[in-house]
Amino acid sequence: MLAVEARGIVNRFGAQVVHDHLDLEVRSGEAFGIVGGSGSGKSVLLRTVLGLHRPNEGEVRMFGTEITHLGDRALRALKADYGVTFQAGALFSSLTVLQNVQLPMLEHLDLSARALDELALLKLQLVGLPADAGAKYPAQLSGGMIKRAALARALALDPKLLFLDEPTAGLDPISAAAIDDLLIRLRQELSLTIVMITHDLDTIFRNCDRVGVIVDRKLVTDSLAGIVDHPHPWIQSYFHGERARRFGVAHGT
Amino acid sequence: MHPNPDKASIHLTIVGDGETLCVTLGGHWRSREVGDIEREIDALDFSSHRRLRIIVGAVVPDLAGAWAVRRLEQRAAERGLSVDYEGERPVTVALVDAALGDAAAVSALPAASRGSVLSALGHRAFDTARDWRDGLAFLGEATVRFLRGVFDRRAWHPISVARHVYDTGITAIPIVALIAFLISVIIAYMGAQQLRKFGADIFVVDLVTVGVLREMGVLLTAIIVAGRSGSAFAAEIGAMNLNEEVDALRATGVQPIEVLVLPRALGLVIALPLLTVIADAVGILGGGLLCNVLLDMPLVQYVQRVDESIGDYTFWVGIIKAPVFAILIAIVGTFRGMQVRGSSRELGRLTTVAVVQSIFLVILADALFAVLFMEIDI
Repeated sequence: MLAVEARGIVNRFGAQVVHDHLDLEVRSGEAFGIVGGSGSGKSVLLRTVLGLHRPNEGEVRMFGTEITHLGDRALRALKADYGVTFQAGALFSSLTVLQNVQLPMLEHLDLSARALDELALLKLQLVGLPADAGAKYPAQLSGGMIKRAALARALALDPKLLFLDEPTAGLDPISAAAIDDLLIRLRQELSLTIVMITHDLDTIFRNCDRVGVIVDRKLVTDSLAGIVDHPHPWIQSYFHGERARRFGVAHGT
Repeated sequence: MHPNPDKASIHLTIVGDGETLCVTLGGHWRSREVGDIEREIDALDFSSHRRLRIIVGAVVPDLAGAWAVRRLEQRAAERGLSVDYEGERPVTVALVDAALGDAAAVSALPAASRGSVLSALGHRAFDTARDWRDGLAFLGEATVRFLRGVFDRRAWHPISVARHVYDTGITAIPIVALIAFLISVIIAYMGAQQLRKFGADIFVVDLVTVGVLREMGVLLTAIIVAGRSGSAFAAEIGAMNLNEEVDALRATGVQPIEVLVLPRALGLVIALPLLTVIADAVGILGGGLLCNVLLDMPLVQYVQRVDESIGDYTFWVGIIKAPVFAILIAIVGTFRGMQVRGSSRELGRLTTVAVVQSIFLVILADALFAVLFMEIDI
């Protein structure tokens, strides 16, 4: 079954065509990585799939429901089914971390104060934040903690589908590896489907089952083992460039 | 918004069997049902039972659902019942166990701190005093930077100053002119009503001229500019602060005061007197129009009377205040902007503070000017 399906997506900004009949398929239960050069339209693709941006052409289905023409109410109900983290965290700066996690719950659920507190705390523990981090404001957190807090907020409603925009960007290698471990664990424990935009080759090789690369305004999708041998020059230099050499060795290519 | 309008107990099927209370889980145990499940659990009557048997069946709870299952266990345990399962205890419940552990983690939740009135008062007084000290320090630093920059052509930033003259001055002309016109009409109208009783119609002209030139023109212009540009200064610099742009300036070796504060202050010092001149002119025009319509006063006579009523200092008494008000507005706006730290809420709060304080300071300064001018008899 397909968790996310986008067909024939066209996105234009003025004369600039970002996506030209792009197709995307994400299967239930898999971790799907989206890769592309800077300015290739990764974030626009994510915003399109999330229903934050209406494409010029094409359709997007999430769990089989077409969303590009959905009304506000139906879209709102659908938004409870997936969680999103943004590149810079996008935590609400005037709320504490705990309140950040509780905000989707308050908006979508009808819970007692006790349930709110305990469930939010549960999510914090789940992503490996100490309980006292809940009382802190986003400005008081380190980069790694912001990523974790954003993940906790994305998990607030127990979604089956998680969209992550650069989950490890800007972190030191140790913190980034810890986030990778966390994602692997969460995916097993909560049987999540994960769609992530990332540049981090570590994250791709450790977490992703399949990878989609945006080249020439289209998405080239293949399994991890298959994509590294794709002939396109950008993909070649991405997976076999200087920075990727150690992975190439590890994968025998 | 209620996901489950049917209040009937659909998640728990209860069979009381002597000592054992058998609860069969049903329906969906997911986050969006947890509110209802919680109410059903709280409504359960455990008295007269000693054992709780939870029959899981085909239910697969998600994390929130597992939390609810755990809550059911806890409620029973609190009332001294032993809990067992028919079938497997859902794995997600164990996950919640591991995450929440015992009550220690939950009790680590911060309690809202409530100090005494006295300590709150003390904090408030201390904060206010520190605020004034910081504000004065800021004014001092800006002054020193300005004096140093006077002899350094590179520190003048003429393009930046011009931009702020445009933003704070030129674009404000329509609203300033409109308000000056309306205010002078109000003064003339009120004056005409009262003075007509004494047959002293002609003094309406004096009232409008002196009132607008000495006080109203400059004061209203300053208040409008404080609302328009004081807030813009605070918000602009505050957003730069949130975005670490101010730190980036410092790291580049550029003094934020030199490039952010001084051009704004200088721009406003140029723009506000010019705006005041426009406000004065439009105000006198408005008064003339009303006198003509309401009192049938020929415009020639009005102009003549205006000329007679303007003393040596009338115009300058008003205009001399404009640069002072400009500095107050610019310093308060930029100072509050520089104070923004951490959150978007601070940005909103300090922008409000900037507007309120600059208007307050403008009116206070105006009052001091009035006393000063009375003392020196002009």
